[in-house]
Amino acid sequence: MAYVPLADQEVELHHPHSWVTKYVWSQDHKVIAIQYGGTAIAVGLVALVLSLFMRMQLGFPETFDLIDPNSYYQSVTMHGMIMVIYLLTALFLGGFGNYLIPLMCGARDMVFPFMNMLSYWVYLVSVIILLASFFVSGGPTGAGWTLYPPQTSMAGTPGHDMGIVLMLVSLAVFIVAFTMGGLNYVVTVLQYRCRGLTMMRLPLAVWGIFVATVLGLFAFPALLVAAIMMLFDTLIGTSFFMPAVIESGTALNYDGGSPILFQHLFWFFGHPEVYIVALPAFGLVSDVLSTHARKNIFGYRMMVWAIIVIGLLSFIVWAHHMYVSGMHPYFGFFFATTTLIIAVPTALKVYNWVLTLWEGDIRMNAPMYFAIGFIFTFIHGGLTGLFLGNVVIDLPLSDTYFVVAHFHMVMGVSPILVLFAALYHWFPKMSGRMYHEGMAKLHFWCTFLGTYAIYLPMHYLGIHGVPRRYYALGTTEFMAPATQDANTAITIAALFVGASQLLYFINMFWSLRYGEKSGPNPWGANSLEWQTPDTPPIHGNWGDTLPTVYRWAYDYSVPGAHEDFIPQNTPESEEPTVDEEHFDPDHDVSKADL
Amino acid sequence: MSEAAATSIAPNDGVTGLVDDWTADKQAYHVPWGKAMMWIFLVSDTFIFTCFLTGYLNVRMTTTQPWPPQSEIFALSFGGAPIPLILIAIMTFVLITSSGTMALAVNYGYRRDKFKTIVFICLTALFGATFVGMQAFEWTKLIVDEGVRPWGNPFGAPQFGSVFFMVTGFHGLHVSAGVIYLLWVARRIWAGYYDKKGFEIVEIAGLYWHFVDLVWVFIFAFFYLL
Repeated sequence: MAYVPLADQEVELHHPHSWVTKYVWSQDHKVIAIQYGGTAIAVGLVALVLSLFMRMQLGFPETFDLIDPNSYYQSVTMHGMIMVIYLLTALFLGGFGNYLIPLMCGARDMVFPFMNMLSYWVYLVSVIILLASFFVSGGPTGAGWTLYPPQTSMAGTPGHDMGIVLMLVSLAVFIVAFTMGGLNYVVTVLQYRCRGLTMMRLPLAVWGIFVATVLGLFAFPALLVAAIMMLFDTLIGTSFFMPAVIESGTALNYDGGSPILFQHLFWFFGHPEVYIVALPAFGLVSDVLSTHARKNIFGYRMMVWAIIVIGLLSFIVWAHHMYVSGMHPYFGFFFATTTLIIAVPTALKVYNWVLTLWEGDIRMNAPMYFAIGFIFTFIHGGLTGLFLGNVVIDLPLSDTYFVVAHFHMVMGVSPILVLFAALYHWFPKMSGRMYHEGMAKLHFWCTFLGTYAIYLPMHYLGIHGVPRRYYALGTTEFMAPATQDANTAITIAALFVGASQLLYFINMFWSLRYGEKSGPNPWGANSLEWQTPDTPPIHGNWGDTLPTVYRWAYDYSVPGAHEDFIPQNTPESEEPTVDEEHFDPDHDVSKADL
Repeated sequence: MSEAAATSIAPNDGVTGLVDDWTADKQAYHVPWGKAMMWIFLVSDTFIFTCFLTGYLNVRMTTTQPWPPQSEIFALSFGGAPIPLILIAIMTFVLITSSGTMALAVNYGYRRDKFKTIVFICLTALFGATFVGMQAFEWTKLIVDEGVRPWGNPFGAPQFGSVFFMVTGFHGLHVSAGVIYLLWVARRIWAGYYDKKGFEIVEIAGLYWHFVDLVWVFIFAFFYLL
């Protein structure tokens, strides 16, 4: 390793002078993180309520009449878009990325705090534009979250006039916000690590967020271009995506566009987006598992490479979402192959998580419950992904509930479980207080068992041939009468899971006020964010001197150490490094350049 | 904020240097933060233009009507016979020249010759503004004289106007933003803002400017020659 002695960079921090600059127009990454997180969770609750509307309709058709067919489609669209982009992307990268990157890298803040602040406020604007579409004439767009043309712009689709325009503008604004934040995250990780912290000593949480941000910076451009082109199609009548269409007997003013082009652009963004959500989850859960199992993460270097390889592969699998679009069958062959290849590094990660638990001194704290729950749901979602990655199996399953079950399991429930693990795990650092353990565990069991009650039956519905996207299933010859019973049961489970999320909010608000004082490092964790002089960390994070790192983040249960953890900033002179006999090749970065 | 102090150790070349950089603590690249950020942004922006141009090629294949003859549409006549692509040749020449003046500005910036730096930055911005002006002229000619609209034109495929206005417009916005950015940098140099921090900012702005020029070369080739 080439050690490059560099003068300590000291950043001129913008020190706040009033309440407004401290908590509203704040340039402190921790405040921005909490602003991002709070906004994302708030808008996520909107999406949660929308999903419950849909479930009420499917579970009890013709009983409640909460929503009509149009608002059903609007709910589907807004639920999907909000959950994927405005909740998961924003919370993982804007929330946890902002909070953890500077702390875990031993930095005082992001490299460009002003731009970071701007990122949040532009994100908020995009959320407001999105929510505004509920109040315009025609309501939000009901085109499905993939916004496929030509149906997005056809008169039969709800929100085909104002709704779709606001959706596209909101997405474009979101991309601007993400780019400003994302550039900050990437450059902070690359250029602003503290002394001794090489890339291969970074906690996996930072690796996951870092690679996901890189993916975002290269994938969101495709969505931006698709949004701009579709805006022109909708507003000034160009024909990028619109072929010649006859609507109710009249030919529309479109000619010669390519709807498939939109699908390619959308999924060139859309598939990396899956990993933009998944990779931070992989990273965060690795740290939670290792900390609470009191054991180093198994195969650290392998985990890093798996994250990078998954990130690279995610750019060449996009058309597996388009097997039924009528593209050339050879494309299907190529994309099925790459899709199955991506299962290799992903499975490797799962094995390594399980092997991290193996013979660990496991502490069953609430974050650990969620982390282990994640391994279950992720394996389930991943296995059904192998079904859908194959063209011949995907064709009959593509328009059924099997797909709904698959992606909710793999990129809905799994990241959400990691989010809760991370929220509970880092809550003591963010607030200085412990959450209520019993309530958190109850929250876990309600969520974990409840989501299984929702999505496991959906797989069977899908294999049975129940189509997705239907407002009401009615009675058909191929669907057994029990289909409706299953749907009713799913709805009851969904209502239960939705309501049980209240436990989380009650827990958080109660603990903020009445929780026990947590101290700086309640879990005995190694990574730098737990070693700050103040809890919660104050502006500038590190007091007078920046920390120096002497080891990786996973020195748990090292033989001969005073405690079962050795913080990253403990010098070799004070605590043992792992000796030759217990040598773990992942530990010593100096011998492992390539 | 202060940028990275340059390292005193000469970096290794080739793969060894790459490995050294990536395994070093503190920073992965021996460049100031702003420069690293600009590079990454430009890669991201490259993806935007790539998507635009790919989309253009795609609709050019799917459209059902013949593609209009560009060289005739983009011809100008000075009294005599029309000269194909003459305006666009001048525009390209102006923009490429502005890359040269930008490089000079970067050079004088590192020599800390503030006056010449500002002169060349302003010259670059002037060339940029000239380019945008000529683009406005071209658009006016197409819209008013030839009747080309984003949704249709008298020559053939409606997508011709759609992609032309969209992509050249997006590029024109980049050039306009670049002109504003350059003038802002020049003003801050004038005010002495970078006297202590160093003049990397000129190079960072230069990266953006060269990128915009490079993108133009592709747009030029894809729209006017292909």
